[in-house]
Amino acid sequence: MSGTFLGMPPFPEAARDAVNDSRLRHNLRKATHTIRDRRAAVVDEMGADWQRLRAEGAAVKEHTLRHLDRYLEQLEESVERAGGRVHWASDAAEANAIVTDLVKATGETDVVKVKSMATQEIELNDALARAGITAYETDLAELIVQLGEDLPSHILVPAIHLGRAQIREIFLEQMAEWGVPAPPGLTDDPRALAEAARVHLRERFLRTRTAISGANFAVADTGTLVVLESEGNGRMCLTLPQTLISVVGIEKIVPTWSDLEVFMQLLPRSSTGERMNPYTSTWTGVTPGDGPQEFHLVLLDNGRTDVLADTVGRQALRCIRCSACLNTCPVYERTGGHSYGSVYPGPIGAILTPQLHGMSSEVDEALPYASSLCGACYEVCPVAIDIPEVLVHLREEVAASPGHAGERALMAGAEAVLSSPRALDAVQRAAGLGRGAVPRHLPGMAGAWTDTRDIPEVPAESFRQWWNKRGKGNQ
Amino acid sequence: MRIALFVTCVNDTLFPDTGRAVVRLLERLGHEVVFPEDQTCCGQMHYNTGYRRPASRLAVRFVRTFEGADAVVVPSASCAAMIRDNYPRLGASGSRLSRKVARMAPRVYDLTEFLVDVLEVTDVGAYYPHKVAYHPTCHGMRMLGLGDRPHRLLRAVRGLELVELAGAAECCGFGGTFAVKNGDVSSAMGADKARHAVESGAEVLCAVDNSCLMHIGGILSRQRAGVRVAHLAEILASTEKEVTAR
Amino acid sequence: MSSRERILARVRRALADVPADEPPVRDSGGGFADSHGVGPTLEVLEDRLTDYRALVRRVAADRIAEEVAASLERRGASRVVVPAGLPREWLSASSAAWLTDTAEEPVPLGDLDGADGVVTACAVAVAETGTIVLDGGPDQGRRAITLVPDYHLCVVRADQVVDGVPQAVRLLDPARPLTWISGPSATSDIELDRVEGVHGPRTLEVLLVEPTS
Repeated sequence: MSGTFLGMPPFPEAARDAVNDSRLRHNLRKATHTIRDRRAAVVDEMGADWQRLRAEGAAVKEHTLRHLDRYLEQLEESVERAGGRVHWASDAAEANAIVTDLVKATGETDVVKVKSMATQEIELNDALARAGITAYETDLAELIVQLGEDLPSHILVPAIHLGRAQIREIFLEQMAEWGVPAPPGLTDDPRALAEAARVHLRERFLRTRTAISGANFAVADTGTLVVLESEGNGRMCLTLPQTLISVVGIEKIVPTWSDLEVFMQLLPRSSTGERMNPYTSTWTGVTPGDGPQEFHLVLLDNGRTDVLADTVGRQALRCIRCSACLNTCPVYERTGGHSYGSVYPGPIGAILTPQLHGMSSEVDEALPYASSLCGACYEVCPVAIDIPEVLVHLREEVAASPGHAGERALMAGAEAVLSSPRALDAVQRAAGLGRGAVPRHLPGMAGAWTDTRDIPEVPAESFRQWWNKRGKGNQ
Repeated sequence: MRIALFVTCVNDTLFPDTGRAVVRLLERLGHEVVFPEDQTCCGQMHYNTGYRRPASRLAVRFVRTFEGADAVVVPSASCAAMIRDNYPRLGASGSRLSRKVARMAPRVYDLTEFLVDVLEVTDVGAYYPHKVAYHPTCHGMRMLGLGDRPHRLLRAVRGLELVELAGAAECCGFGGTFAVKNGDVSSAMGADKARHAVESGAEVLCAVDNSCLMHIGGILSRQRAGVRVAHLAEILASTEKEVTAR
Repeated sequence: MSSRERILARVRRALADVPADEPPVRDSGGGFADSHGVGPTLEVLEDRLTDYRALVRRVAADRIAEEVAASLERRGASRVVVPAGLPREWLSASSAAWLTDTAEEPVPLGDLDGADGVVTACAVAVAETGTIVLDGGPDQGRRAITLVPDYHLCVVRADQVVDGVPQAVRLLDPARPLTWISGPSATSDIELDRVEGVHGPRTLEVLLVEPTS
């Protein structure tokens, strides 16, 4: 039903194909530059206050993480007091089992879903399908990905890799399989495509009795959950059904309601580049006569406590999934999200995925290197996650692993030369003598350089040789 | 002022002209330059690739070599940033290394910071009759926060026409070992930077990091694009006398 | 051991580096501003609402009924949902058929879908972001009535408008279900370009009631 990231090649290999896909490059360039400019405009509007908000956002999240046990217990108590039920899931399998059982208990076989990274992460839709339950994605981009049997490639806009013409084709070919077909004369005008999605899902929203969501924030002191969205599909799912099940990572907590003063300013501007997203829903347990009368909160660990245990890597859990780092990343712009082989792509994915997985595969090990360490991600991060710092930290872990003996030897060799001015001088002299003998294209690792780039001419004399001669001349 | 030059291993080995230009420039401005010969490498490559211990050992060597200096000038923003931003992370807090780093880091300057902030000079008396585009390298821009210092220095150069570089703030794709570990992405980023350089109409693309310029220049050279690269120091060191003599 | 206990134990183990005496309460006061608006609040609100493609009209307090009627007429809305607590005098000038939503007799979903629009008041409005917040109060009703109809006419009193987001957060009661609305339904999912009109009301019209002086 949906694709899986399992079995994808590591980043450098996947990226090669992406870099050579000119349509993908065009789609990504256009989309990331559009959103980058929009974000810059609404952030600049805030003046110097932006950095104060950013510091406050980081401080709130960091504080919450450092006392997470306390806030989790407080959240549980608040939600239950307001009429919700709280479930705890150690891993993906347990979360999927809890949700499946809850849906089964309603007697329904169809559920509508609000876009949620946590449920992507645990591959909930596949688990539900195995239990005979069909999950209908309702966010436009998620719908496109689901209809196209594709994989999400962006946190905010999972179909960012597709252009309007491709989306039109998917709608025309697939909508009928899932429900209301696309109108025959459908054009690739984004308005027409949005209208087709409206018509396709309308009946579904009015009919379906159970919904599944994630949450952007869970407020510990009040038990309030918060979902930011644009289209109204979120409101539909959070309001019309009888039963609502929200799967939320344990790092999504903020301590108090007033903390939203900060995050309701940081998130929309960083994410969609709007002063405010069209719709935000907040709910606290169950409200008699308004909205779902049964509410379940599933708190998900699934590797998060491992991330928490790493004092450098921990900051990745501050992430509020705005995707500003993806939109600004020059690597993401050229490779797209699929190359990362993970639900969380881009710079944040490169530090979050290997930590959540515990660096368990070649794909995980390649991710910390999927960055030129340019720092653009850190600069735009609304909660000041120092992504380059964590990338380097994770590289240390990879470099120490058994598979990297060759590189370790090279690095040890380099250190031996660089630890001694005399050895460095000897190497420089040898290189100076051998100049002119270097071919334009080199084999092996060096070929990765010379395939596209000339190498600089080795000078006849190093700086230190010149300095020494000059010193003698002056005396 | 007596200035210690940390030329960096890359400049020492591959781009000695840059080092010579710094010496010429600072001496022309009336200062004494020393070159502590025990210097080698700041450890940036090791650190950024995940080899923290070798990086720490190179940091210890750097600190030992330069701790007596009044000012250390570095013609490489990324090496200056390594020392100022990353050295403090290498030593455990309260360790000898971290105490020494804390004392010396504020005296380590990228060349443009040293000129503008310490010597308080933007017109260095240079002459360079060319169209020039400036590429702000990532570590200079984001870690050191060089801001418009390079532009101010360039605008004061006689004969020089500073042209706009589109997408200037975007990384060139060098990124140290990234350039070979992810060669395809690195080249794609570099190709865009090279295209912007060509489209700017500049004859020369300059920056404060020769490693980035080696990458961009390597692409420009392979494409026979007709745009040269030059370290900012070489432009600032250039005078009418030398240009005419050439 | 239950998963609850297991997760909490793992969290505590992961936080071994946090000093036991670190206060579990954070000193707030990030020093950020309450708003970043420029100019008078109502003008900013109008500007921002318009920027997000909402229709906005400034109306005099004694003319609400006429303006509501005019808006509904322009829209061609003849079957209109209203919450039970909406001031009835606001509706007195219009000839529309009212579907009144009450706790005892909620308007069925099918009728909401078939209605031409909905008229409500609001709880708070935020000038800087062009946001209207509904809190399910008697003059706003349950969430479904402002969601399913394709046209939402919202009456905002000047004294309900605050400059910035922090002030709104302070005024709102989190125990109530809240809906923050900033313009009509929209999406940026196609090439990251904003298009108005997906599942929520595709037309949002705001009557901004001038303060009586």
